[in-house]
Amino acid sequence: MSVTPLAEELARRRFEEHQGWPRFRRAVADFVRRRPLGAIGAALIVVMILAAALADVIAPYDPEQASFADLLLPPSGAHLVGTDPFGRDVLTRLLFGARTALLVGFGASLSGSTLGLVLGVVGAYLGGRVDQVIQRMMDVLISFPLIVLAIAVVSALGGGEGKVYNVVIAISIPIIPRVARVVRASALAIVAMPYIEAARSVGSGATRIMFRHIVPNVFAPFLIMLTAFLGQAILLEASLSFLGLGVNEPTPAWGLMLRGAGMQFMERAPWLAIAPGVAISLAVFGFNLFGDSLRDALDPRLRTA
Amino acid sequence: MLPTLLGVAILTFVVMRLVPGDIVELRYAGGSVAPEVIARERHQLGLDKPIAAQFADWMGGVVTLDFGTSLWTNRPVVEEVQIRFGLSLELALLATILAVALAVPLGVIAAVRQDTWVDYAIRIFSIGGLAMPSFWIGILTILALLTLFHWSPPLEFAPIWKDPVANLAQLIWPAIAVGYRYSAVSMRMTRSSVLEVLREDYIRTARAKGASERLVVVRHALRNSLLPVVTVISLEFAFLIGGLVVTEQVFNLNGLGHLLVDAVAHRDYTLIQALVLIMAMIFVVINFLVDMLYVVLDPRVRYA
Repeated sequence: MSVTPLAEELARRRFEEHQGWPRFRRAVADFVRRRPLGAIGAALIVVMILAAALADVIAPYDPEQASFADLLLPPSGAHLVGTDPFGRDVLTRLLFGARTALLVGFGASLSGSTLGLVLGVVGAYLGGRVDQVIQRMMDVLISFPLIVLAIAVVSALGGGEGKVYNVVIAISIPIIPRVARVVRASALAIVAMPYIEAARSVGSGATRIMFRHIVPNVFAPFLIMLTAFLGQAILLEASLSFLGLGVNEPTPAWGLMLRGAGMQFMERAPWLAIAPGVAISLAVFGFNLFGDSLRDALDPRLRTA
Repeated sequence: MLPTLLGVAILTFVVMRLVPGDIVELRYAGGSVAPEVIARERHQLGLDKPIAAQFADWMGGVVTLDFGTSLWTNRPVVEEVQIRFGLSLELALLATILAVALAVPLGVIAAVRQDTWVDYAIRIFSIGGLAMPSFWIGILTILALLTLFHWSPPLEFAPIWKDPVANLAQLIWPAIAVGYRYSAVSMRMTRSSVLEVLREDYIRTARAKGASERLVVVRHALRNSLLPVVTVISLEFAFLIGGLVVTEQVFNLNGLGHLLVDAVAHRDYTLIQALVLIMAMIFVVINFLVDMLYVVLDPRVRYA
């Protein structure tokens, strides 16, 4: 037995405290205490993820099964948010709609931001003609109005049932240039750092330098952009579905619920026009709050006193 | 500027031709029409030429400011666009006026009263504007007007110089719906920008020499924090002119956004290309004007 089992034990504990679950738990507790607004946002996101994941279990009805005995019922004990003109339970469709919103939100912002990250880093590191070409391409994409681009992509790929992935692609494309610009600006500062020169002088290849040395150092702006675009992607999905260019019936999607019945039966069944909008707003609200706090926590330059 | 616009033109051109179906096919959809008729019609519209030739034809027209005729209505594209442009421009201007009138004073107040309940109330108001889709605010507005006043905005568009009352009765509601979101974006920018400037040394100097708080805030802080605010406002404005597709749908307005959606649905190539090019041009020109405005607002900015 060693002379200092207690010291060893203490050292082990301290080490463990700084990694893994306890560290994560403390970081979370810290975040909640220091950024209550961000915590509210995170809570909203968690509720939304749970609603989407457990929709099969907690939803009281079938989301797509029409029931012509229960058309346009006002909110009641049996149907908490009423029913739509096909007699489907609105609450059930809201819960399943969270799936579509999250799928499109995460799918589009993850893929769009990642592509933007790669293009931004590659442009900043390689410079010269490659950078010029990438930048001009980004200029073109950015001067396309967001919604116009999405419309073009959705109609090119075809929207419709089971085509959620096309909507994801359509929404991710306008995200690419915006992330690429921000990442490029941060990466340019990193490229000038001595440790990049050091890495090059020990013979590291371009790929290794870009992905091992630059990417981790521009991860903060990348994460900030990513979370900022989560809410935007959900908004855009709702707008596209509202126009009939996004997800199609009978798939439940919030924008789609506003499109048909929400407008048509506005006076007779106002809950159809109100409930999906509340769901969209709460989701975007949650992502925005969380994103803002994350930005304050990650980027000291943007921190307000 | 020009390479960007050329890129936009090429991209639109190629993307639209990748979209399945063309106008001839859509026109005769469902009916049994001899393939010769379809071929003849394609030939008449020049759709059977190689893509490069079609692009050259179109570009040749564009440089002489001839945007061609709409494939769907057979009327000159310029004429089709002109009617809608007025409406879209007016809506964008109204929304901008509302947004700026709200955003700048509220943003400044929030910054000056940082971390008081006034600040929190203003920030919650603006975060709400960012979260609510403006088309939904539009729906709620219509719903409120219907249930409270049993009145809905007129459906017929009347130009402002003919019938200002009817014109405003129709356009003020979408302008409010859009302006709320717009003001939220600019308000956040104003607040953070003013906060930043308020920490500068020259603000302390201004206070020390005995300038009134009002003078310090308006003349020293606000003026110096306008740059990012102006940027946000003008970029949003550029977006508004063509980007109000959904709001136009909600209020049944016949603006540029509506026209674009219709044009895409009909595969009206000439109209789509012209519209996208116009929107991109507005965006690029406004970007350029903002750069120029920097020089006016901030004497330290100079372009060689």
